[in-house]
Amino acid sequence: MTKQHANWSPYDINGGTVVAIAGADYCVIAADTRMSTGYSILTRDYSKIIQLADKSVMASSGFQADVRALQKVLEARHLIYQHQHNKQMSCPAMAQLLSNTLYFKRFFPYYAFNVLGGLDSEGKGCVFTYDAVGSYERVGYSSQGSGSTLITPYLDNQLKSPSPLLLPAKDAVTPLSESEAIDLVKTCFVSATERDIYTGDKLEIVILNASGKRRDYMELRKD
Amino acid sequence: MINLIGSESDSQRTLYPYVTGTSVVGIKYKDGILLAADMGGSYGSTLRYKTVERLKKVGKHSIIGASGEISDFQEIMRNLDELILYDNMWDDGNSLGPKEVHNYLTRMMYNRRNKFNPLWNSLVLGGVKNGQKYLGTVSMIGVHYEDNHVATGFGNHLARPLLRNEWHADMTFEEGVKLLEKCMRVLLYRDRSAVNKLQIAKITEEGVTITQPYALKTFWNFSAFLNPTAGAEGSW
Repeated sequence: MTKQHANWSPYDINGGTVVAIAGADYCVIAADTRMSTGYSILTRDYSKIIQLADKSVMASSGFQADVRALQKVLEARHLIYQHQHNKQMSCPAMAQLLSNTLYFKRFFPYYAFNVLGGLDSEGKGCVFTYDAVGSYERVGYSSQGSGSTLITPYLDNQLKSPSPLLLPAKDAVTPLSESEAIDLVKTCFVSATERDIYTGDKLEIVILNASGKRRDYMELRKD
Repeated sequence: MINLIGSESDSQRTLYPYVTGTSVVGIKYKDGILLAADMGGSYGSTLRYKTVERLKKVGKHSIIGASGEISDFQEIMRNLDELILYDNMWDDGNSLGPKEVHNYLTRMMYNRRNKFNPLWNSLVLGGVKNGQKYLGTVSMIGVHYEDNHVATGFGNHLARPLLRNEWHADMTFEEGVKLLEKCMRVLLYRDRSAVNKLQIAKITEEGVTITQPYALKTFWNFSAFLNPTAGAEGSW
């Protein structure tokens, strides 16, 4: 019988849920602020949201070290883009960059589940949703992370998105007003917090619109 | 996945730790940061070394506390000392603060994890610069965060709940030490690898002080221990 040895995994699951909803002229990106490992809570106050460009905000859950590394890579690449093009990256451009960055590590992935929100070049809200290796699509709303299985069906019901198979393609952005969308997001998280142990503590909401960026917070259950 | 990591005979990668330190606990208080760690270096279940300094000064503004493999911590200290040296040699009045050192450590740990050859440590980094208090932690795979109170290993399970209950902003030095000692005492009772010889490090705007080693008073006079078979007649 061989001796018992310590073992290690290069990955960990630090939990959390992220949501984004696109509106006619705004975008709401939200995430809880809990960071966990196993059955322990590491901290109740960690932001999963980062602004990558004027009109692009990314929220990611999964393995925190990979999420942070991914954020840094994208931030650096955006800086280079600004030096070379003398302008900010558009949200669809950032969306493609994120996809490429993720696929680049296809055989040792960033364990990050991302949602990219912002305003497109026409000022309309846009949301892009990803898997860990870069597969992505533009949608009207999305949820990723530990509470996504609880939130996505609820958003499907409330936002009644048109089928992406329709021809001509119907716009997926919600007709809801900004404040209605924010209330919807709050409801999503309060519900997810009830049943998902990795979601809770505090909700951080970022709203992007023509006037700029706004940040809101709301307390969530801490158990 | 196994092929990517290499075979067991590849002795160049860390497989498991040998000499390890247990929990580190840290809190923010009114004037700065307090860190506590015991002085044990375990070799599996043997208490091999009893005067291991697991709290070390880093430059003018920070202290680092390490748990996990002691030799990897010594390697980290070599890197940090060199980092601070080069920073000083610029002689430009600027100095690396705790935030910068924490970031450096995070990158170092994460990059080693990427190469499947980790530094087997969980680190606590605390400091004060220009009145700003900072307390952060990094794990061996690069998971990192800052908070008002942090702990590694068993400390996360035993000390953090106590700290969540009793920590509050602007504690005095005496209150802070009392709270840390309470945490260390619980760890002493319940963590098999803890030893009753600890140091507490304090960092404020003025500088760093690390106490001489001392022991905590423990209480074993519980009636259940004195008369263990009270409820079970005929037992021993």
